[in-house]
Amino acid sequence: MTTALPREADPAEITAQHAQLTRTWGTGQSLFERLATVDHKIVARRYVITAFVFFVLAGVLALLMRIQLAQPDSHLIDPDRYNQLFTMHGTTMMFLFAVPIMEAIAVYLVPLMCGTRNISFPRLNAFSYWVFLFGGVMIWIAFLMNAGPETGWFSYVPLAGPEYSPGKRTDFWAQMVTFTEVAALAVAVELIATILKQRAPGMTLARMPLFLWAMLVTSFMVIIAMPAVMLASSFLIADRLIGTHFFNPVEGGDALLWQHLFWFFGHPEVYIIFLPALGMVSSIVITFARRTIFAYTLMVLALVTTGLLAFGLWVHHMFATGLPHLGSSFYTAASMMIAIPSGMQIFAWIATLWDGKPRFMTPLLFVIGFIVIFVLGGLTGVMLASVPLDLQLHDTYFVVAHFHYVLIGGAVFPLFAAFYYWFPKFTGRKLSERLGRWNFWLFFIGFNVTFFPMHILGLAGMPRRVYTYADGLGWESLNLLSTLGALMIGASVLLFIVNAARSLKQGEPAGDNPWGASTLEWATSSPPPPYNFMHIPVVTGREALWQPEPRQVLEGLSPAHREVLCTSALAAVPDIRQHSAEPSIWPFWTAIATAIWFIASIFDARAVLWGSLPVAVCLIAWMWPTPPRVLQQRTAP
Amino acid sequence: MSGRKHICAALVVLLAGCSGQQAALDAAGDQAATIGDLWTLMLWVCGFMYLLVLIFLAHAIWRARHALDAEPLTHGSGSRAEHPLRMALGGWVGLIVVGLFVLSLATFFIDRSLAQARTDDALKIKVTAAQWWWKVEYEGMAPDQRVVTANELRLPVGQPALLELHAEDVIHSLWIPNLGGKEDLIPGRINSLLLTPRREGEYRGQCAEFCGLQHAKMALDATVMNPDAFTRWRQQQLTPAPAPSTPEQIRGHEIFMSGPCAACHQIAGTPASGQTGPNLTHLASRRTIAAGARPYSFEDLRDWLRDPQSVKPGNHMPVVQLSDSDLNALTAYLDSLK
Repeated sequence: MTTALPREADPAEITAQHAQLTRTWGTGQSLFERLATVDHKIVARRYVITAFVFFVLAGVLALLMRIQLAQPDSHLIDPDRYNQLFTMHGTTMMFLFAVPIMEAIAVYLVPLMCGTRNISFPRLNAFSYWVFLFGGVMIWIAFLMNAGPETGWFSYVPLAGPEYSPGKRTDFWAQMVTFTEVAALAVAVELIATILKQRAPGMTLARMPLFLWAMLVTSFMVIIAMPAVMLASSFLIADRLIGTHFFNPVEGGDALLWQHLFWFFGHPEVYIIFLPALGMVSSIVITFARRTIFAYTLMVLALVTTGLLAFGLWVHHMFATGLPHLGSSFYTAASMMIAIPSGMQIFAWIATLWDGKPRFMTPLLFVIGFIVIFVLGGLTGVMLASVPLDLQLHDTYFVVAHFHYVLIGGAVFPLFAAFYYWFPKFTGRKLSERLGRWNFWLFFIGFNVTFFPMHILGLAGMPRRVYTYADGLGWESLNLLSTLGALMIGASVLLFIVNAARSLKQGEPAGDNPWGASTLEWATSSPPPPYNFMHIPVVTGREALWQPEPRQVLEGLSPAHREVLCTSALAAVPDIRQHSAEPSIWPFWTAIATAIWFIASIFDARAVLWGSLPVAVCLIAWMWPTPPRVLQQRTAP
Repeated sequence: MSGRKHICAALVVLLAGCSGQQAALDAAGDQAATIGDLWTLMLWVCGFMYLLVLIFLAHAIWRARHALDAEPLTHGSGSRAEHPLRMALGGWVGLIVVGLFVLSLATFFIDRSLAQARTDDALKIKVTAAQWWWKVEYEGMAPDQRVVTANELRLPVGQPALLELHAEDVIHSLWIPNLGGKEDLIPGRINSLLLTPRREGEYRGQCAEFCGLQHAKMALDATVMNPDAFTRWRQQQLTPAPAPSTPEQIRGHEIFMSGPCAACHQIAGTPASGQTGPNLTHLASRRTIAAGARPYSFEDLRDWLRDPQSVKPGNHMPVVQLSDSDLNALTAYLDSLK
């Protein structure tokens, strides 16, 4: 392999090379090829669209709840249905939207930002999507058949246990957790391997874009946090289906064990959602401020610090459970400390804008909205970290306000910024800027109208998760106001969908790098070809496309084989050429077999055994060594 | 109400600082007042930090107007502003650390002071939560001095009350915002909550931890009384239920004792001694029925007895089919249990 300047383009040669690479990496139009594809971009596109559909569905549930709460003593929705609504809203938003969509965007962008041809473990990636899809569809079918879970998205036992939540509802919930966690763990492994081993030559750790850093930290967090909740949900389903007593105090179990296990996952989960968003914000700030990020090293350290601290503060969800207060002080301190890396990052973004030459286009508007909203949510988070104050605010609408400021402000605003920013890369066309501004202002105003009053409602005594409230407690006006705001948010999201649908057909063609951005995904066409890059780019500085020297590429990967370049983990020195897996239908069948395994075990405990057989068969077929003959054919001219 | 009126009302609530009978900042007890002070401190410190962020952001936006057509700053570290910005970042982080230090210390000392409050002269009350009501027991010197009531908590002003918290089925959380913070009631565990009421009045508590279908209608009427009134109330609660006096009440009494009612409810001084449902000995002296689902009145009680499932769907009291005259008789009897 050699490093070279891009040769003088001979159009005929380029066309030939493009054709050959497309033959090697492309996905055909037949149903079989679509199901078997391992192209990270195609899988990611499905992932993003599916997760966005779940976002809209969960948003509809939120609107229904807001309509119910617009008036006191409302009888529109009965309590059982309402409890399913908020459980499905939280569950869908957390498990089927927030984490998956962040990972989906990473599955699309990380290989492009790394300058490689496909994600590592591409079949695992395809499998991950199918498992996620089947888990999400399962719980939504259950919900539509009036068997949706009704014990809240953190399903506290004993309420969610066999005695107080009979029927299959919570079983569906617990298995949905298993589905989505398997999917998330798979993606986390792929992203770590891709980021550490497939970066373009020259992209040392110190030159890695902050989005890659954010995804690296996030993926490690997924690997550490998710097993806790899988354990918890397995205990729960075992208690429910085969009569174990993990959470039954009468038989020596402990109701609080669930809370410890759940929040040991549940709190890092928030940062698993939030850190990728920070990476997106950094990308967008750099591009639109047209300045390298201020204090890069500190930004990286802030991400890592947040990732570490996130595991030391789960108890702040449990201050009211009667744990010793002196011990809780530790968690107060750890929770408050999160403000230090977060505050540093906020400063760095504003400083970058302050010293840069910002262009206030829609992505940057959403980023500014993010700063305004998220900082407020962070500050109420500091308040909630204080044990005595938390005892007043915990489980009230104040908390509802807080986590929507943090999650919508901290993740959904950056996500919309990301949609506007990367839509041209995904589709080749820009979203409408005019509709984008309406989208932003409706969302920003609607959001604050919806959620700011909830702070006051919480202080005025309104607990969360109530399907109605009595007249005369002084909560009526603010609830009505909040519902009006929610309708504005709904209109804003609708506007976004209209914008996306219209721009797909009529949007302004984007070109390779419409924003003049600096990261490698902008160094290829929009949308990128199946093989991502004709030549692997060589990176000479932190902002790869802004370097003054002429851009170099690396030659030597076979255009006839699915080959990716592996580089060393720290310095990104070319290491080996690695075969990248061929398309295969078996990840799809394995996912089907896994779905049968998980769902059947809800109805028949023995399915845990017999259900594993088809999974094993599918896995063997999946892992079967590719016959050399196929490779021979591929190398033929 | 029209939308505009609602918005005006919302502003009034904002300005009035959340007063009411279930409001955390309208303190009527030591614990709520102390936490209220902590809230004020938090609000000032956090508000100041928020303001700084907004000013910096606004300045960055304002400053940007001049730079629209400039070339990208591809080597930010070469910028003239780099050094001052680094100094400012150092100052900013220092400020955050100082702010957090103040807030952590305040939190710690307030938490300690609340935990170390004297409890030797405290009134001891056992509260047991069940789906979806509260059983309240005042311990006495002897078993016959024990007062058992439901869905109401009466406290003498000025005396600390130590609540021992139990749960019958799932996790609940006891929260009377005007008096203090909340504490969970967890099956298999015993928690405690100390409240020191300082202002007489009628307050309202509510279950704060989601506990199933009727979590929304699980309220607790809290009344802070002057000590004499409290003693009188306690004495009165110790008396057995008055015997029915009118023919209608007598018939209601018979319906109660011979029907399914007596299997779940206790009325002291009668054969009814069920323990599953709330004690009804002095039902008619309470402010609300069915854990705050309705205010107490003859008509509301009759509605409740006619069809508890429409007043509070899913609650554990079954519908008992009664003719209208039986229903009136039963209501008349229960209404006599002052």
